[in-house]
Amino acid sequence: MQLALWTYEGPPHVGAMRVATAMKGVHYVLHAPQGDTYADLLFTMIERRGQRPPVSYTTFQARDLGGDTATLFRDTLADAFERFQPQAILVGASCTAELIQDDPGGLARALALPVPVVALELPSYQRKENWGAGETFYQLVRSFCGDEKPARAEDAVPSCNILGPTALGFRHRDDLREIRALLGEMGVRVNVAAPLDATPADLSRLAQADFNVVLYPEIAGPAAALLERRFGQKQTRIVPIGVGATRDFIREVAALAGIDPEPILSRAQSNLPWYSRSVDSTYLTGKRVFVYGDATHAIAAARVATEELGFTLVGLGTYSREQARDLRDAARKYGVEPLISDDHLEVEAAIGAAGAELVLGTQMERHIAKRLGIPCAVISAPVHVQDFPARHSPQMGFEGANVLFDSWVHPLMMGLEEHLLGLFKDDFEFADGAAPSHLAAEEPVTPAAVLADVAVWDAAAERELSRVPFFVRGKARRNTERFAKERGLSSISLDTLYDAKAHYAR
Amino acid sequence: MNAIAPARQTDIVRENGQRSVFCGLTGIVWLHRRIQDAFFLVVGSRTCAHLLQSAAGVMIFAEPRFATAIIEERDLAGRADPEDELDRVVERLLERRPDIRLLFLVGSCPSEVIKLDLSRASARLSRRFAPAVRVLDYSGSGIETTFTEGEDRCLEALVPTLPQDDAPALLVVGVLADVVEAQFRRLFEALGIERVRFLPASRAHEMPAIGAGTRILCAQPFLHNTVQALQRRGGVPVAAPFPLGAEGTTLWVAAAAAAFGIPPERVRAVCEAGEARARTALAAHRSALQGKTVFLFPDSQLELPLARFLQRELGMVAVEIGTPFLHRGALAAELALLPPGSSVVEGQHVDRQLDRCRAARPDITVCGLGLANPLEAEGLTTKWSIELLFSPIQGYEQAADLAALFTRPLDRRTRLAV
Repeated sequence: MQLALWTYEGPPHVGAMRVATAMKGVHYVLHAPQGDTYADLLFTMIERRGQRPPVSYTTFQARDLGGDTATLFRDTLADAFERFQPQAILVGASCTAELIQDDPGGLARALALPVPVVALELPSYQRKENWGAGETFYQLVRSFCGDEKPARAEDAVPSCNILGPTALGFRHRDDLREIRALLGEMGVRVNVAAPLDATPADLSRLAQADFNVVLYPEIAGPAAALLERRFGQKQTRIVPIGVGATRDFIREVAALAGIDPEPILSRAQSNLPWYSRSVDSTYLTGKRVFVYGDATHAIAAARVATEELGFTLVGLGTYSREQARDLRDAARKYGVEPLISDDHLEVEAAIGAAGAELVLGTQMERHIAKRLGIPCAVISAPVHVQDFPARHSPQMGFEGANVLFDSWVHPLMMGLEEHLLGLFKDDFEFADGAAPSHLAAEEPVTPAAVLADVAVWDAAAERELSRVPFFVRGKARRNTERFAKERGLSSISLDTLYDAKAHYAR
Repeated sequence: MNAIAPARQTDIVRENGQRSVFCGLTGIVWLHRRIQDAFFLVVGSRTCAHLLQSAAGVMIFAEPRFATAIIEERDLAGRADPEDELDRVVERLLERRPDIRLLFLVGSCPSEVIKLDLSRASARLSRRFAPAVRVLDYSGSGIETTFTEGEDRCLEALVPTLPQDDAPALLVVGVLADVVEAQFRRLFEALGIERVRFLPASRAHEMPAIGAGTRILCAQPFLHNTVQALQRRGGVPVAAPFPLGAEGTTLWVAAAAAAFGIPPERVRAVCEAGEARARTALAAHRSALQGKTVFLFPDSQLELPLARFLQRELGMVAVEIGTPFLHRGALAAELALLPPGSSVVEGQHVDRQLDRCRAARPDITVCGLGLANPLEAEGLTTKWSIELLFSPIQGYEQAADLAALFTRPLDRRTRLAV
């Protein structure tokens, strides 16, 4: 058993949901108890999708366990096909259903539906979300990509597939748009982008491309390897996060496409290099930064942090065990100890021990950083609603590099303010523990004694006010005092408090 | 004051199919904040851990007092002894959080399917860590419990540990916001009820006593098992509607008063001001909501009292009142107050229910987080039901706040011009 306060990845069936939800025309029938339907909210609330994920759950209960859960699965599958008319169906089990061993794949075959059914075996007690997404995408590609590579016309423009973006991915939507545009500028045709917005029919066209662009190896790795074996399609190995990596990526793509990278390299620019060289960025020099996330984003962030922002890397870690080797190689390069762990407590200990001044991590590291009193920027899943900004906000490409500069530098104390804090430590408003002014989250509290003509709160009313949640307490105090003043009351009792509340409720 | 009329004809249908509800583990999200020296350790899968952090995803204020002991392959394959593993996890946890006085081991779907005996584990661990920490267990699994039933099971687990006291006392059961609890305490004290207690208390060693003189008053409609357990300890339940709205609160307080032989005039005198204040504050909401239709998906089991409040005090019309379960006994008083011909649907077939909802095009739909945005995208106005558990909504002073949860989404729609 593993003690988990927070988890970095969900179970593998959530990875499968991310692929199913990303695609069009796919429906996932999941053998699972009712509580597992929480996963819908990941997509509808965190990602703010306007449709329910295309998932039907059997939602079996204890009383079904003695009976026939297999029939329940079969009926759910038949109903889902009837109702949603998908082009392809995924079937599988969540962790609890895995234990009751109903064999969704076998049950689905017996039903002989007129559309392809892909059975997923996702071992919930060994594997996790990204692996589940990778395996699901691999199985879908394997089922639909065919065996033969179509002949290539001599004069065809170079073409590629973009593989990896899913629903609920960290900036996947924006990265896809950015890289699609970059490839377009290079004169490379995008044949299919998948899984995001692809249909099963699109997957059957994958073989038509010359090569594959792999954006997220955790997810697209297995499918890209299959396509390389089957059709000889080469794949990109460089993930274009940061200015340097984007330039390397352009060269890599150009080599695969047989085109000259120089025109685009001379044209395309990012603001990051100049912003990093401008004098106000001097205070970024040597900031001790701890990087943790999925392997792809963590390794990329280490390069950007050191080469493009001038930080000092004091730790590098990942929860992606499957990519541990790549991360170890990177850690060796920067001379830091690699941390391969999905144990939140271990990550917390490592960050504390490293004496970091900035954490580039996941939403979970925000908790750690908060406790340690250091700033944090998010570079990787697991995601939060904030990680789906309204604006275009990629991590990849040249615009992505601009986003990285802004979002990593913003949480840091601005240079001069930091000096002042160091100079005047005893200033009561400017204390050691004070957050930088541009990050002030709570409204300043006005001491009651400063205000003239304010009615006096009696003990009971004051006590009651203290029970009001802190984020509305200020408003409750002000409203009540205004109410008392308007009525010429000299003291505030419980009744005044609630009379005022009722008054302002109108 | 309205007397409770005899049950009238309400149309109650049972439906079976896919349910779109949380499991009982979700209750931990508010329970762990209520009992301040308690910790909730779910013994389950990665899915359980993921559910908890997704449902509690907004909490960045402090370290949560919950965690998951994630069952792994080696536990299932017999390569590790689950009992030893659990002991090791608990040890590490208590080392990290020496402030914890009460530890709940919370069963989950997988722990129940593999028949992990958590009651034995909790007894063993309780012996080991006594007297500093008491260890209890309950099930929050999705195959046994739906959403708010988790709170019921948790409180039920506390009942055997409560001190015995047979003196006359009122025990208010169910998690309430601090401010609501304080208001209710004042009301009951003003009525002259000498001992007013609340379950759960905010500290493990302050849990209320129970005994033959205890009258049990539920503040929430989903505490069936807890009430039965309290009855076994000698408590006597008070039948009442739930304290939502001015009317609901008065009937609720009056029922408790009657159990203590307090005359109705006294109740009127004590409740008058609050009730009047609530009605005044509700008036504005009533003009906004009057005649509007509402469709309630099954979720928190608050649906019946809510539908009663929305219809009787705000003039709304409930098209369908879904509820995951219907404990007819516990909700008899609520059923009696529903307008005749109300349509109550127990259980769920989410796709059919969505079809009915789309066909009815209600002015407002109360539903879970998985359904709210998709329905909004289809042009329906929604109120997500989990907010009803996360906001102080009971009692006179909160009646208008509860109404505001419904007027706000409608108001928003009229404001937006994009």
